[in-house]
Amino acid sequence: MNRSEQPQGWAPPSLPERRFCRENDAIVTIIVDKQMISQSSPVGALLPSSTERDLRLDLFRGVALWLIFLDHIPQNIVNWFTIRNYGFSDATEIFIFISGYTAAFVYGRAMRERGIIIASARVLRRAWQIYVAHIFLFTIFMAEIAYVAATFDNPLYAEEMNILNFLKQPDVTIFQALLLKFKPVNMDVLPLYIVLLLFFPPMLWLLLRQPALALAGSALVYVLAWNFDWNLPAYPNGVWFFNPFAWQLLFVFGAWCALGGAQRLSGLLRSRIVLGIAFAYLLFAFAITLTWYVEPLARFVPGWLSAWMYPIDKTNLDVLRFAHFLALAAVTVRFVPRDWPALRSPYLAPAIRCGQHSLEIFCLGVFLAFAGQFIISEWSGGPLIQVIISLIGILIMIATAYLISWYKHMEGRGPTARAKPPDADFAGGDV
Amino acid sequence: MKLAAAIIATLAPLAVCLAGVAAAAPPEQCEVPQSLLDTDVDLSRVLNAFKTNRRIAITVIGSGSSGLNGPDGAHSAYPARLEDVLKQQLAGANVKVTAHVQSKETTAAMVSGLDKILADDKPTLVIWQAGTVDALDGVEPDDFRDSLNDGVEKIQAAGADVILMNMQYSPHTESMFNISAYADVMRAIAEQHGALLFDRLAIMRSWNDSGAFDLYAATKKYDMARKVHNCIGWALASQIINSARLDATRVQTTQ
Repeated sequence: MNRSEQPQGWAPPSLPERRFCRENDAIVTIIVDKQMISQSSPVGALLPSSTERDLRLDLFRGVALWLIFLDHIPQNIVNWFTIRNYGFSDATEIFIFISGYTAAFVYGRAMRERGIIIASARVLRRAWQIYVAHIFLFTIFMAEIAYVAATFDNPLYAEEMNILNFLKQPDVTIFQALLLKFKPVNMDVLPLYIVLLLFFPPMLWLLLRQPALALAGSALVYVLAWNFDWNLPAYPNGVWFFNPFAWQLLFVFGAWCALGGAQRLSGLLRSRIVLGIAFAYLLFAFAITLTWYVEPLARFVPGWLSAWMYPIDKTNLDVLRFAHFLALAAVTVRFVPRDWPALRSPYLAPAIRCGQHSLEIFCLGVFLAFAGQFIISEWSGGPLIQVIISLIGILIMIATAYLISWYKHMEGRGPTARAKPPDADFAGGDV
Repeated sequence: MKLAAAIIATLAPLAVCLAGVAAAAPPEQCEVPQSLLDTDVDLSRVLNAFKTNRRIAITVIGSGSSGLNGPDGAHSAYPARLEDVLKQQLAGANVKVTAHVQSKETTAAMVSGLDKILADDKPTLVIWQAGTVDALDGVEPDDFRDSLNDGVEKIQAAGADVILMNMQYSPHTESMFNISAYADVMRAIAEQHGALLFDRLAIMRSWNDSGAFDLYAATKKYDMARKVHNCIGWALASQIINSARLDATRVQTTQ
């Protein structure tokens, strides 16, 4: 039974809840102790299921969405604050991992409680929503390109303007976009997400029964993809920028963590040795990244190291990137406990709120990055304009997240409203 | 329309003459942060050829952004500007720049024509401008890397130094196709083979940031494009002179 289906004034008995915890130790990490809820809130039992979830997930996903927005505006001075400049991995890893985590959390529960058909149907509906969102973004992108093609001209860029050639054959281009083969730059994440969700139902089924086997299978696909160059074809040439066969590892790993893996790893995560290794690796990655920006430092990187290390491949989720994400996660989990009081502070609330509506905010972020880039190029924006645009963009993202919450509340999916059938958006937030 | 063309046709040679007169020192607009030209790479083959017979044969291989359309495009594009500047700076030297510019040519296509070019030109230095077309066509970065790798090996085997030149900084199309992966490959290949990377991307970006050029500007005129190519010619020349230590040689030989 899903909690958000419970009628107002109904308090769930504690026994089934406890039994649920015992039977499925996998879920234990997610469920906040009921007593804690009761103490912290007079209507503890009535709180929406979103309070059960780990707010850290929402927080970091919200922050990742902001970073993705900032990184998508090229030549933005604010980019210097985003994590990709301080290590191998970037916001994409955070986003995909947390998305896997929440997908398993939400649909894992659905699969246990309502069966494989219902859960799969909900996963596929989610994939469809993301597909529609992607096509919507594509339309906006086409509008921008068409505008630039019509108004911008400079003989210096005769060659670069060939990018606009695809406007000459919209029949092909639009079909290829609908098939997810033609993906304009910065529009690669949602197609990845769609493919990951399409294959998620069987993976989730396996994760619930044989988590170790599922994770091993995922790792095997990753290795095979590297060995045999598996990837999906793109249009007009090449392959997907985010190789789904490689990136699925992070998504499945997130799902595995949500279904008890985090619990299993907790001993490891408490070890000082692991923490030490994580810190050492983060430091190493930082030092290497520094050499990319401070050219003279590059000579201190030994030749054998560069030969072994480069290229650090984003398309195929380089193992160095994956390791960097793991190190970041290990350090974060250690220093940001799930009951960290700041998670309830008003200062972090905006990021958390954005993280809870990730699909909408992600799409908005891509759109705002287009718009911001457009403003910068139309008005030759200097650093000040870039900072202002970045801030306004994030404010719009926050305001929209609150607006969406308000809508959901108003439409009866909020805590005090009449109960309605649950969906993925609220039962643990967006996926 | 005809009148405008006639005026341009009369004024263009004049402008070129003026440019020639003023070109003893680079225009202020062309200033490049020293850090973008600093390199450990020696162009030792260029230096040797220069020492032995005061001859530098440079071959430029590139796609559309190595050329300019419009009246007198060939002479305004950076290969020709480079030749002029080097001739001025290295008085009495026999400098020849041969440009093989083919718009829309991918790196793989350039490599297939490379043997013939090397045999015909017998260059001491090859400036290889690449990456833009590959990025536009979505060539896989791995394939791009392989082509570039083969090409650089061929050139070096033929006894020439190599300068790899990356893409133009093009703010309007920056959000439309992703060049960074290709720029990274070029940097890595240059490092791996001891070739010199001429970072056109960063240099043009610095011009845009400093206000020397407004690269966002929309215009149908060729003025800015010519100026940019002129500055690239100057920047290339000073990079070649510095990395081959030709200035030291020149001082010695003139003394």
